[in-house]
Amino acid sequence: MPKAHLKVWRGDDSGDYVEYDVEYEEGMVVLDVVHRLQATQAGDLAVRWNCKAGKCGSCSAEINGKPKLQCMTRMGTFVDGETITIAPLKTFPIIRDLVTDVSWNYRVAETMPELKLSGPDASGHRRMQQIDIDREQEFRKCIECYICQDVCHVIRDHPENQGNFAGPRFFVQLANVAMHPLDQNPKSATVAHGFGLDYCNITKCCTEVCPEGIHITDNAIIPLKERRVDEYYDPIRAIGRKLFGKK
Amino acid sequence: MADIETHEYDVLVIGAGGAGLRAAVEASALGARTGLVCKSLLGKAHTVMAEGGIAAAMGNVYSEDNWQVHFRDTMRGGKMLNNWRMAQIHAQEAPDRVKELEEWGALFDRTADGRILQRDFGGHRYARLAHVGDRTGLEMIRTLQQHAVHRGIEVHQECTVNRLLKDGDRISGALGYWRESGRMVLFRAKAVVIATGGLGKVFAITSNSWEGTGDGHSLAMQAGADMIDMEFVQFHPTGMVWPPSVRGILVTEGVRGDGGTLKNTSGERFMFNYIPPMFASETADTEAEADRWYDDKVNARRTPDLLPRDEVARAINSEVKAGRGTPHGGVFLDIASRRSEEYIKRRLPSMYHQFMQLAGVDITKEPMEVGPTAHYAMGGVRVDAETAASTVPGLYAAGEVAGGMHGSNRLGGNSLSDLVVFGRRAGENAAKYALGLSGQPSVDQGAIAERSASILKPFEGGRENPYTLHKELQDCMQENVGIIRTDSEMRQALVKIAELRERLTQVQVEGHIQYNTGWHLALDMEHMLRVAEAITMAAIERKESRGGHTRDDFPNASGDFGKVNVVVRERGTAVSVVQEPLPEMPDELKKLFEE
Repeated sequence: MPKAHLKVWRGDDSGDYVEYDVEYEEGMVVLDVVHRLQATQAGDLAVRWNCKAGKCGSCSAEINGKPKLQCMTRMGTFVDGETITIAPLKTFPIIRDLVTDVSWNYRVAETMPELKLSGPDASGHRRMQQIDIDREQEFRKCIECYICQDVCHVIRDHPENQGNFAGPRFFVQLANVAMHPLDQNPKSATVAHGFGLDYCNITKCCTEVCPEGIHITDNAIIPLKERRVDEYYDPIRAIGRKLFGKK
Repeated sequence: MADIETHEYDVLVIGAGGAGLRAAVEASALGARTGLVCKSLLGKAHTVMAEGGIAAAMGNVYSEDNWQVHFRDTMRGGKMLNNWRMAQIHAQEAPDRVKELEEWGALFDRTADGRILQRDFGGHRYARLAHVGDRTGLEMIRTLQQHAVHRGIEVHQECTVNRLLKDGDRISGALGYWRESGRMVLFRAKAVVIATGGLGKVFAITSNSWEGTGDGHSLAMQAGADMIDMEFVQFHPTGMVWPPSVRGILVTEGVRGDGGTLKNTSGERFMFNYIPPMFASETADTEAEADRWYDDKVNARRTPDLLPRDEVARAINSEVKAGRGTPHGGVFLDIASRRSEEYIKRRLPSMYHQFMQLAGVDITKEPMEVGPTAHYAMGGVRVDAETAASTVPGLYAAGEVAGGMHGSNRLGGNSLSDLVVFGRRAGENAAKYALGLSGQPSVDQGAIAERSASILKPFEGGRENPYTLHKELQDCMQENVGIIRTDSEMRQALVKIAELRERLTQVQVEGHIQYNTGWHLALDMEHMLRVAEAITMAAIERKESRGGHTRDDFPNASGDFGKVNVVVRERGTAVSVVQEPLPEMPDELKKLFEE
């Protein structure tokens, strides 16, 4: 059986990498190797996981410097003898080993606007055409792995921005509200204010790492920015706002 | 124990999957102070793994569908062992719960005229499953999660409940620990809703995540609640079989609903050889008729690939045992030869992904290899059909942890609907009960002190590795209490379970109490051993084969056992198993089965 050479972060912020050799078999993913490490050499190793099939977004980590799901990273993607470095997500405080404190995301979630749908028609159905919800369904594929949040330089390099910036995961959620065909929220309230959309300079890092392949930048962030420009910076509308006092 | 962190609620909900979230939303809406506790982060519960859809007789695709047909399908799928009233309530209320999810933001796939689309699934007479591609569970949990967050419900994440507390006969709260800090936390509550899901982790090959350790089953049983139908474990016919590390991961029944067929290594569609008499009249007996059925559901009968799960799992098991299985011990599931690449990628995107990334198999071009995987516990806490109340005052249960709704075998799609139908009822009735009590029931300080000390025992020194104990339990249950069972093997399992229980007293974990997964597993082992024993004892008692319980030594269904539930009760250290009569179905519902 081949052996993988791992460097795994152990401990909290003041911790360090510890090296291990772990046997693995064909077809294994990184999470399998981490589980084997737990069962044989490091019984108290902290790692989050649930579904082991790329559906729950629990096992995010930085593998050889790239944020990925451990359960979807096959051992076959490494060259023989390559050291595999597994580190916790850098953007969030380390609780222990590979587990980080992602509670900031849950606090942002509480500030998201809620969908308010129009009622059903006379036949009792809310009718929507598939073509009109394809894009929202793409947004709703999000598994909340927070890899996009981790890689976003607005908060990765500037934690002080966390108070003013919701991050790509939540721009996707805002876009879902903004583009839902039956949503009755006033658009400006949902789209424009308070979530720090302007901090994003569309470098597409989030799109590149999304394990669900959501086109975060092209399909969510840019359309939101466009709507915001339409509503707030359109010169004719700006004059209108001045004249009629509309916000 | 004055220094223990304490929270006080009217209703405490344990578990934040579909049932727990729906219960919390309802309890909170009725004005009860509501707390929600979950072992993982919010939104990661096993509900996210549900793929195919939520069954509800909305009649959007076939207007002939109605609750009576859904009720009949559910009872027949459960081999008539279901609690008839639960099955009726479920069939009647599911459409409203689906529409409610839509109102709260769920975006189901649409019909051409813009209504909610419904897909075919095993055992359902008409296309009935509202769905979002093959990620319906994710849609449901995210919708409920966001709805609950906006209702301001307090959520305690990564917190594991270890004991229920009682004041005399009635519930008074729960005691748990924070996974992050390892510290104890006390929840004082007038009512508790258990919505902890399943117990798949007692088996070696399972679709369940680490959380499915049967905590809720065990907590309720220990608190004195009656448990029913524990012998019935659903082995989903199609789990992945290769590579070994993904063995057991679910392959949605939607693959077969959307045109996939099962084949052995000779290329034979073997399901035609396994059509049981109960379903013969409505199942195609030639490939030609089955093929016609995909396009003409009125004049052709349905393919046997979509028989209920217990039938398909047994058939696959038999094919593999007869030497007609794949080298990896499964059979082939082929959708590529019927459907286009574009169709497969649109209808089954996460299956496409899963096989491509984990197995290097392109399901639009090649067949999948699949085999049975421990998926779902039909058995659980005995509840009142109307109120979801257990036999312990103040204790409610909903979702997979509750028993009765699915009888001896659950139909695909009936789980997601079960979660919201009975989650809502559990939340409602727990709130009403709690709001009707005058004071907060007292908690037993002695029990809290005892637990606070004893959960730390694994740090004190022994020689057993918790991971090893877990693996031995899984292998034992897989081998001896799996798809095919016999008396002698199950008795061996009981001996092994007793041995493991003894060795668990010598368990040793390393490190400290902060986020220590080895320690958490050591504590979960107590629950797994209790439910493994309950499953085995109930399975020994039921001397027949029915649904998710197949006996080599009693291969046929028995009329007498068709009239009883096997009830498991714990009193002190003694566990008893008795047969009790099923509730009697009223005549007007019996008529639905006379065709």
